[in-house]
Amino acid sequence: MSVTETALPEPLSAQPALRPRTAHPLLRFVLRRVATGLLTLAVASFVVFLGTAVVPGSPATAVLGRLANKQVVAQVDRRIGYDKPLPERYVTWLFGALHGDFGNSAVALAQGATSAPIWPIIRDPLLNTTTLAVITVIFLIPLSLLLGVIAGLTHGRLPDHVISVLTLVFMALPEFVVGALLVVIFFVVLNLLPPVSLLSPGAKPWSDPQILVMPVLTLLAVSVAWTVRLVRVGTIETIRTDYVQMARLQGLPERKVVRRYVLRNALAPSVQIFALSIQYLFGGVIVTETVFDYPGLGNQLLQAVTSHDDTQVQAIAFILAGVYIAINIIADLIVLVLVPKLRTQT
Amino acid sequence: MRHRLRFARTRRGQFGLVIVAIVLAIALLGPFVSPHGPSQLTGAPGAPPGGGHLLGTDYLGHDVLSRVLWGGRSVISLALSATALGFALGTTIGLIAGYSRGIVDSLLMRSVDVILAFPPLLFFLIIVTSVGYSEGVLICGVAVVQAPGIARIVYSATREVSVAAYVEAAVARGETTAAILRRELLPNTLPTLIANLGLTLTYSVLLTAAVNFLGLGLQPPAANWALMISENRTILSLNPWAVVVPATLIAALTIGVNLVGDAISISLGRSETTVDARVDPAAAIMQGNLIATPQGPET
Amino acid sequence: MTASPQALLDVTDLTIELRSGLPVVQDISLALNRGATLGLVGESGSGKTTVAMTLLGYVRPGMRVVHGQITIAGEGIDLRDEKAARRARGRLVSLVPQDPATSLNPALRIGGTIRDVLEAHTSGHANDVAVGEALDRVHLPITGEFMRRFPHQLSGGQQQRVLIACALACSPPLVVLDEPTTGLDVVTQAQILAQIDQLHSERELAMVYVSHDLAVVSQLADRIAVMYAGRIVEHGPASMVLTRPRHPYTRGLIGSSPDHVTPRQLHGIPGVAVGLGDRPTGCAFAPRCAQRVARCELELPPLEPQQDGRSVRCFEAERTPPLQFGAPLAPATPASAEPILLVRDLKAVHGTRGHTFTAAEDISFAVRRSECLALVGESGSGKSTIARVIVGLHPPAAGEVQLDGRRLAPLAKERSRDERRRCQIVFQNPYESLNPRQKVEEQVARPARLLRGFSRADARAAVTELFERVRLPTRLGEKFPSELSGGERQRVAIARALAAGPAVLICDEVTSALDVSVQAAVLDVLIELQRELELGLVFITHNLGVVATVADSVLVLTRGRICERGSVNEVLHHPSDPITQQLLAAAPRLRATAKRDALVSERA
Repeated sequence: MSVTETALPEPLSAQPALRPRTAHPLLRFVLRRVATGLLTLAVASFVVFLGTAVVPGSPATAVLGRLANKQVVAQVDRRIGYDKPLPERYVTWLFGALHGDFGNSAVALAQGATSAPIWPIIRDPLLNTTTLAVITVIFLIPLSLLLGVIAGLTHGRLPDHVISVLTLVFMALPEFVVGALLVVIFFVVLNLLPPVSLLSPGAKPWSDPQILVMPVLTLLAVSVAWTVRLVRVGTIETIRTDYVQMARLQGLPERKVVRRYVLRNALAPSVQIFALSIQYLFGGVIVTETVFDYPGLGNQLLQAVTSHDDTQVQAIAFILAGVYIAINIIADLIVLVLVPKLRTQT
Repeated sequence: MRHRLRFARTRRGQFGLVIVAIVLAIALLGPFVSPHGPSQLTGAPGAPPGGGHLLGTDYLGHDVLSRVLWGGRSVISLALSATALGFALGTTIGLIAGYSRGIVDSLLMRSVDVILAFPPLLFFLIIVTSVGYSEGVLICGVAVVQAPGIARIVYSATREVSVAAYVEAAVARGETTAAILRRELLPNTLPTLIANLGLTLTYSVLLTAAVNFLGLGLQPPAANWALMISENRTILSLNPWAVVVPATLIAALTIGVNLVGDAISISLGRSETTVDARVDPAAAIMQGNLIATPQGPET
Repeated sequence: MTASPQALLDVTDLTIELRSGLPVVQDISLALNRGATLGLVGESGSGKTTVAMTLLGYVRPGMRVVHGQITIAGEGIDLRDEKAARRARGRLVSLVPQDPATSLNPALRIGGTIRDVLEAHTSGHANDVAVGEALDRVHLPITGEFMRRFPHQLSGGQQQRVLIACALACSPPLVVLDEPTTGLDVVTQAQILAQIDQLHSERELAMVYVSHDLAVVSQLADRIAVMYAGRIVEHGPASMVLTRPRHPYTRGLIGSSPDHVTPRQLHGIPGVAVGLGDRPTGCAFAPRCAQRVARCELELPPLEPQQDGRSVRCFEAERTPPLQFGAPLAPATPASAEPILLVRDLKAVHGTRGHTFTAAEDISFAVRRSECLALVGESGSGKSTIARVIVGLHPPAAGEVQLDGRRLAPLAKERSRDERRRCQIVFQNPYESLNPRQKVEEQVARPARLLRGFSRADARAAVTELFERVRLPTRLGEKFPSELSGGERQRVAIARALAAGPAVLICDEVTSALDVSVQAAVLDVLIELQRELELGLVFITHNLGVVATVADSVLVLTRGRICERGSVNEVLHHPSDPITQQLLAAAPRLRATAKRDALVSERA
């Protein structure tokens, strides 16, 4: 029994679902969504900090070795702030991070540098990764919409079977396998492209588009399968709705049914799908960047993890989690605008 | 239940089964037919096929064929252990949260949300940063990364089942919570779980392999297909087989498992169109397509 | 067939089967004159919706037309070419669908939906004036504000009116209505039916009204065709079919229909409708038929025209006895004056923190041994919540529930084993009331084991006895719920409740998902159980006919409050509350009405 349902009678004058527009429900929803996002980010930051800070041994021991002089270790610890209690360190770090100040690279300090701010170290990698993700998305969205809608509209027939089986294959491929095979083809066999995507420091990736080809292809190969599948499912489900059947039974021409009844309803959920795949791109670049030695954030993160540079790991993890959450919020808001029912009811 | 093996009759299912069987045979039986030991130096580094080395040698001079024949066991055992652990963890969380409601529910599912707010590999890296890397960390880490997704699926399946009249009837007659979970909820969320098994396993193979590839799991000289791809990239132009063969085997394994999983979930009565839970739990929850139990009037 | 040459609709020998070759509908021939109304009646699985869709030239995926022709206003409908058929839809024939809420595109405004239909069959752009005309026809506001609304901003009745407006937009001579009021409240249903009737008489519109509800059909139809297992079994003028049915199935259907004005014992049809794959070579109804002869099982009776202008598909049509309504039910006298169940000042609230909603308030009633109390109300009136509070699934916000004079704890788990045992519930949806992964037998035995401490063997014996009581074959115990029909499942659910040995049984809309012939059989079982086991029954329903059949006294609920109470006789015949009066006036009755007959003769 529905709680909101009202009982009888139902006079014609009743205009039940229309609500007063005074409260700006849309704005309220946006604020609430942003607020929960910030809360999640706060918790995530805590997890990041805790995960990297509560480590047996500090970066100093990692750099100087376990047999290092205790006094030297303590000295280094003091310099990078590891002697302070954990809560204090967290608060200092969080406030810094919110201002774009992620502190100093712990390893660099331990190695004797007097100052090694993290932000300049990771600024370029962040830009490089964003470039990679954006280029991939530019290809990803039209490609997956096209293939997904084709498969959905031809559900159960040949084009659908071909696309479905291919997506099953591609979504099962690991990035490093795709990457490695691409290198074999384009470098070893054809010798068309360089096997690694090296960039001289300070150079922008778009100055040498060649190095972007294989990373973008790899990311596309592994992410397009998922999005095609989801778009396809959304299309098929919409085709099966009563209102699409009704439109056909009302004698509407098929072109109009597809455009106004199927696509309009099937594509709104696709926004979420693309949000997921963009998130995936930001998270999944770690492997792809490693395969091609591409100087992005993922590669930087991996180096930081292996060198035990805790403060840098914190900074990168925080940024990635922030991007992840932000994409989620933006996708929710776009869907809100696209779906009338949500738009007028929340 | 009557159609337990129906998936084996679809073409995709059969194809997948054959692939998985071949890869499994190589992985499990390989060591018995291997010409050399996995870490036995048998020739010059990076030699192309020939001279007693069917697939040439790797970057240190091991026989690639032997490394391949030895290197599948860990790929499979790591993925299986991680999946099993992840499933146990996720199912427990999902069942308890889905049935209990209230504070336990919010607490568990909010923690799940926090983990899901990280890219999976990033979360794994944070774990590695804090506790270092080893085989155990690899298995547990991958399990922890996977558990939230499974928990989400089980959670919504449980929520859906727990409002069914037969569960209400059990509550009204005073069954214990344990009995309700075991007799009413678990059997009815099981199809959802089985339907997700294939994809989870695929993902496990992908993730453990990725971690090994990144050098954060097994360490050389262990023989492992993912590790082989990573370590032999430097000799790619000398002996590409050292990369191509393990890469093909991993791809075959994941593709095969995915095809079988897809066929199983379709045969479980999940129509092909409601499979998105296997593809992505979050999207599936968004669209509300999770329950797998076929119900309703059979016309 | 009696089709006159200038018939508007002519269906000949329509046979449709699944791609696998199983027949869905067979040998359907129908004819309908301009401005006439045909009621197409049948229970679930009879093929009536398939026929309705085919009238629009639409063959559902997975089915194919084996043979048959459909002509509307002299134009043949192409059943093999969807594209060609689509040109006829809206112009020659249109549809009012079953579920208005899901049949409107959620992304289109109302005005846009109607404009799409108009533009599909007229050249050029449809303007707001045309849209306004369409809306005005069904008495919807023609303001721009209304046209800009989205479907979810309309009530169910308004949504259905929009769809009726779409159906009439291009003035087709024939409209097919596929259970257009099934999802609506009874009062809204009455309004929509009145609207349909009015449009029909104003516009010389021919209609095919498809429904499982004989009472609803009897209000509109000139002619009735009854379908069973994919075939028409009886076809003729409505008044004749409804008052003097000649096919035993039609007769059974009418005998199963409860009526709220003259309460009577129902005669359900024994057995279950045959499934799609198990249709026998002979008469499909033979296994359930009381007057079958050897021949019925061997050969298919033809649809034989009778002298009185109808056709019947029965060898023994002559022997079909006239309708015999069971004796009016004498109200059972409660065996004891002491109530077993007492509900006092109950209040129940839904929701948490901030967003609370009072589902029920000031609810007090008592149920005695052998007494049946009906709680009646529309969806949202709070009746199910009250049931859940009684059995301890929902804690009350105020008030109390007493069993045998002892106050019950709010939640089931806080109640004693005996308290839980003595108060049992049967739920609405037969597809959800049983665990799909457990054998039926095991589920029925469980309450006996848990609440009465029966040994395995004792429980097994109890299950056998209970199956007999609810008239289920013992062999069904070995089956899983998915292998059972809806009516069988509901009987298993009743058996499960009885296995606890209850004193009070709460029945929450237990028959609302069942076909009418099955409903009659289940009600019959319940009445018998109530008498024999001296159960106190709380029967929750929205169907006043069912109330009249089973209940001794009634509570009418609206928006969570009791608006009227009394004996069945008082409330149904002399309602004092305006809401009860409105409900009673709106409830459809099976009638072979004088009004309808008069109308028909007037036209001729």
